[in-house]
Amino acid sequence: MIDNFDMSLVDWSRAQFALTAIYHWIFVPLTLGLSFILAIMESIYVKTGNEEWKRITRFWMTLFGINFAIGIATGIILEFEFGTNWSNYSWFVGDIFGAPLAVEGILAFFLESTFVVVMFFGWSKVSKKFHLTSTWLVAVGANLSALWILVANAWMQHPVGMIFNPETARNEMVNFWAVIFNQVAVDKFLHTISSGFLLASMFVLSISSWFLIRKREQIMAKRSILIAGIFGLLSSLLVAFTGDSSARTISQVQPVKFASMEALYEGKTNAGLVAFGFLKDSDKKIGSKTVKDFAIKIEIPGLLSVLTGGDKDAYVPGLKDHIDGNVERKIMATPEKMERGKYALGVLQLYSRARMTKDKEQIESIKGIFNDKDFQTNYFRYFGYASVLSPEDVIPNVSVTFYSFHLMVMLGFIFLLIFAMALYFLFRDEIADKRWFLWIVLFSLPLPYIASELGWILTEVGRQPWIIQDLMNVSGAVSQIKTGSVITTFILFAVLFTGLLISEISIMIKQIKTGPRH
Amino acid sequence: MNRILLILNRFIRLYYDGFRDMPNWGRKVWIIIIIKLFIMFALLKIFFFHDFLKSKYDNDKQRSEYVRDQLINSPATHD
Repeated sequence: MIDNFDMSLVDWSRAQFALTAIYHWIFVPLTLGLSFILAIMESIYVKTGNEEWKRITRFWMTLFGINFAIGIATGIILEFEFGTNWSNYSWFVGDIFGAPLAVEGILAFFLESTFVVVMFFGWSKVSKKFHLTSTWLVAVGANLSALWILVANAWMQHPVGMIFNPETARNEMVNFWAVIFNQVAVDKFLHTISSGFLLASMFVLSISSWFLIRKREQIMAKRSILIAGIFGLLSSLLVAFTGDSSARTISQVQPVKFASMEALYEGKTNAGLVAFGFLKDSDKKIGSKTVKDFAIKIEIPGLLSVLTGGDKDAYVPGLKDHIDGNVERKIMATPEKMERGKYALGVLQLYSRARMTKDKEQIESIKGIFNDKDFQTNYFRYFGYASVLSPEDVIPNVSVTFYSFHLMVMLGFIFLLIFAMALYFLFRDEIADKRWFLWIVLFSLPLPYIASELGWILTEVGRQPWIIQDLMNVSGAVSQIKTGSVITTFILFAVLFTGLLISEISIMIKQIKTGPRH
Repeated sequence: MNRILLILNRFIRLYYDGFRDMPNWGRKVWIIIIIKLFIMFALLKIFFFHDFLKSKYDNDKQRSEYVRDQLINSPATHD
């Protein structure tokens, strides 16, 4: 172990990354979703030739432009942090992280310098069809650009398609398709973009409600509600479907995270899905760790077993199964994983010594071990466990994981209901009179942002203590820099991002109050 | 050749006219973008965000050795 390791450095580095990622994610989902809503609205304009649709498209395009411009390049700060605060991690992940990020950067550059420019400046300069094509390409390109960073994040949740090279101390990609079509990446991409569609639909719905409350721009508001209602309703269903698929994948590749999401301590068959619950302190323990128990819960009997295993008799492992192991269910105990991790670490230590003594025969022999399939599958995959002190340390913060998951799901159902009600009132031509509903929708605007951030909190907190699942823990990933420097940049980022957010909100409010002018 | 020049000219005009006729909100966000990029690249990147391994070691061999040593001596993490 590293002597006198400063844990506050790890915590401040984590806090800084969380701050920048959370702020960055305020801007991204609206871009992902609103770009498609614009493309749909403009398609109707081109198809019908109705100038009102052009006016509507241009109004929402103004708000899209503000969000896009303020959010632009905020993600680059995360890349700064990789190189400075997380250098061990950045080196260890090698080209697996570098390649997708490079593709994302190139895509974003071409997208922003060409099609976004045509979209904003080209209304009277290019043909209707060329303009529409540019708008669609911005929508598709923005979402494809998000694909690459999500692929990289999915690899951190479920590392596949690589071999660790002890000579370079890096993971090298050996199967590009395994990385791209990693089940976690597929689920994550679909769930993330559909949640962006949902967020943008709620954004359009909320602002349109404000216009109806103020009895302004009623035709624009109703037409916008029609598009946002249908797009939002379909997106909500897609979010639910991809969320279910994500949870099932997590139950297989990150079972400790899954058990924490449901606060499931003891494994069981006919396991119920917690629809609503509150956790309280208890005297129960897993190892030396005190666990929380339910103060109150409403459960749907058997549903968790059905969702994960296909029928109610399927066994859903709890946290205790993963820590103590369960021979009957073929679940490996954490101490066994720790032993395997230590064995893999021992081989790396031997390699390091062989390099120091320049024993070429030994070096080649150990390289062969790292290339051996059995060693990769049964030992190196538990490499991170070598630095685990107690088995229960692999349990993430159950309260944060549980609440972020359940709040996100609950909000998802509320959005579904809002979209359905909006369409119902719209088709009955009653929406302008349902002021109580319009006020609810208006004040619901922050909720999809909260749900979206909760999704990321669940993803990242639920993976702790790992930065790369089972391979590398967070402490081992951090650069040995001064904590004070991280605190300084944390404060600078907090000020910068808060300034950007205030600017975005104030410019947007001004434009909304101005309304469509074209 | 003339066709390419024509397309290029139209493309440049698109940018030129777009920036010239930009509405007020567009000018505001451009000012914000320039300030933001200045803070990020001219202040934060230069003074605070050096590449840790590049600034500490001269070549990839040394960097590999350092990270290997860090992996071997990795401290435990709490949740």
